[in-house]
Amino acid sequence: METQEIRFHGRGGQGAVTSATILATAAIRQGRFAQAFPSFGPERRGAPVVAYARIAGAQIRNRTAIQQPHFVLVLDPSLLRLVQVEHGLRPGGTVVLNTAKDEATVRKEFGFRSRLALIDANRIAREEIGRPITNTVMLGGLLRAAELVDPKVVAETMQEVLGAIGPRNVKAFERAMAETTVHEARG
Amino acid sequence: MSGPIVAGKPVGMEVSIAIAEAAKLADVDIVAAYPITPQTHIVEHLAEIVADGDLDAEFIPVESEHSAMSVCCGTSAAGARTFTATSSQGLALMHEILFIASALRLPIVMAVANRALSGPINIWNDHSDVMANRDAGWVQVFAENGQESLDLTIWAFRLAEDKRVSLPVMVNFDGFMLSHVVEPVTLPDAETVRKFLPPFEPLQRLDVDAPRSLGPVGIPDIYTEAKKAQLQVLLDSYGPILETWGAFEKAFGRRYRPVETYRADDAEILMLTMGGLGETAMSVVDERRAKGEKVGLVRIRLWRPFPFDEFRKAVAKCKALAVLDRAISFGGPMGPVASEVKAALYADAHRPLIVEFVVGLGGRDVTFADFHRMWDETAAAARAGKAPAPRMVGLRE
Repeated sequence: METQEIRFHGRGGQGAVTSATILATAAIRQGRFAQAFPSFGPERRGAPVVAYARIAGAQIRNRTAIQQPHFVLVLDPSLLRLVQVEHGLRPGGTVVLNTAKDEATVRKEFGFRSRLALIDANRIAREEIGRPITNTVMLGGLLRAAELVDPKVVAETMQEVLGAIGPRNVKAFERAMAETTVHEARG
Repeated sequence: MSGPIVAGKPVGMEVSIAIAEAAKLADVDIVAAYPITPQTHIVEHLAEIVADGDLDAEFIPVESEHSAMSVCCGTSAAGARTFTATSSQGLALMHEILFIASALRLPIVMAVANRALSGPINIWNDHSDVMANRDAGWVQVFAENGQESLDLTIWAFRLAEDKRVSLPVMVNFDGFMLSHVVEPVTLPDAETVRKFLPPFEPLQRLDVDAPRSLGPVGIPDIYTEAKKAQLQVLLDSYGPILETWGAFEKAFGRRYRPVETYRADDAEILMLTMGGLGETAMSVVDERRAKGEKVGLVRIRLWRPFPFDEFRKAVAKCKALAVLDRAISFGGPMGPVASEVKAALYADAHRPLIVEFVVGLGGRDVTFADFHRMWDETAAAARAGKAPAPRMVGLRE
């Protein structure tokens, strides 16, 4: 497995770091090698934050920042007006978006040309978790877009990491796996 | 945050949490720490472990790092296995007491998540904090990854409490680059650690029933002798360091040496790193070796006491040596590690050309391209037979 790098965009308190941690921990549990780390800066609730994960088939001897991710996850749609989420995305890379809009609207509104995975994560999170905390839902979107880690192992890890709120998050994650739509890149 | 902790199998764990687990496995009696920025999750997790009743220890939250180290001195002197962790300004505030801990030969173990010093205010990774405390008389080691951070923390208690040593040990691991990263770490089982770490028996103990003084005045008539004795103990710790690393390898299967190399045997150009940059540097060595270049890596694991002989041996055959420093010695030679390395080689007939770089200050990323440029410049210097002036990598001018 070639090293895969993932960048998570969220707001402080939305669990971007937690989702990167769950993904990396699950990959390690599956016998792979992985790192998860936050963007190294002061964190404030509500402010834009970034977290990262790296997954590989062999030991990772790389402690540089992730500048050219293969995947970008956007946990909060309001960030699209603040942050260039496609910045540095590798050719052939995928943007996983939390949005209620359809592909044509998203492409027109934000000028995305990359491969897109779209998921109405706010709705799923509200229905399943009772709050619009979308980090675990977005992992479902990511794993629908690419078979990075076995979703079963991710669900187990999620359950362990989140404890009492685990089952609802696992259900939301599984729904996202089913409901995400993937759209290939446009020229 | 992590899943259930299983011994003997790699689990995804934040490196700071792994160090806290190491302190738990070492069955520490006392953790004294100042729990506010700049701290790490180490003491936060230990506070939880103690509060949950999973470790029979006292967690002493204090009002400053100066107090944290002062408490550590008191509890260690009373015979308690003592651990703390700090970083950056926190280590700076401990400065005064660090010298007392070593002079009183108190086997405190401290994990330091290496970070920059203010100003400007900066909480990110470099080695400014530890370098300002280089001469505090502690045994100092550097870890390159999470597993090493955990291993060296466990080992540090064994070495510190060895009666021939009885000195404080500082385990350095890079802030953020390691401290905040979730990665695979294998925890040893508690029984093996228990066997590796016999109960702490202090050289001398503060005891109300058998009163004695520790750290009284050393007048001019005795101060020089006291300092000579302290220096000798630190220098003589070298043998026990090798011996206890041997015992560690036997117990846990992982090998540590004062100087470690990577693809260095036939290398014409070597690069020297200390700490977390080592792994990235190895990947760059692989890339250059694939193109047929004879390059390799030297990593300093033991910073104090400095392993002069092993270091000389490691660089004996190379033409040029690139030295990466993560701090500045202001107004002196540029980098403290390069300065040390030059001093180590001064008397040798064969001295490689030394090319000095200061990299990754205050959290500046050191990229693969940066590593390649440093290697290119070192190769060019070797061809020219002349080292350029020390250079700060990635500097915008």
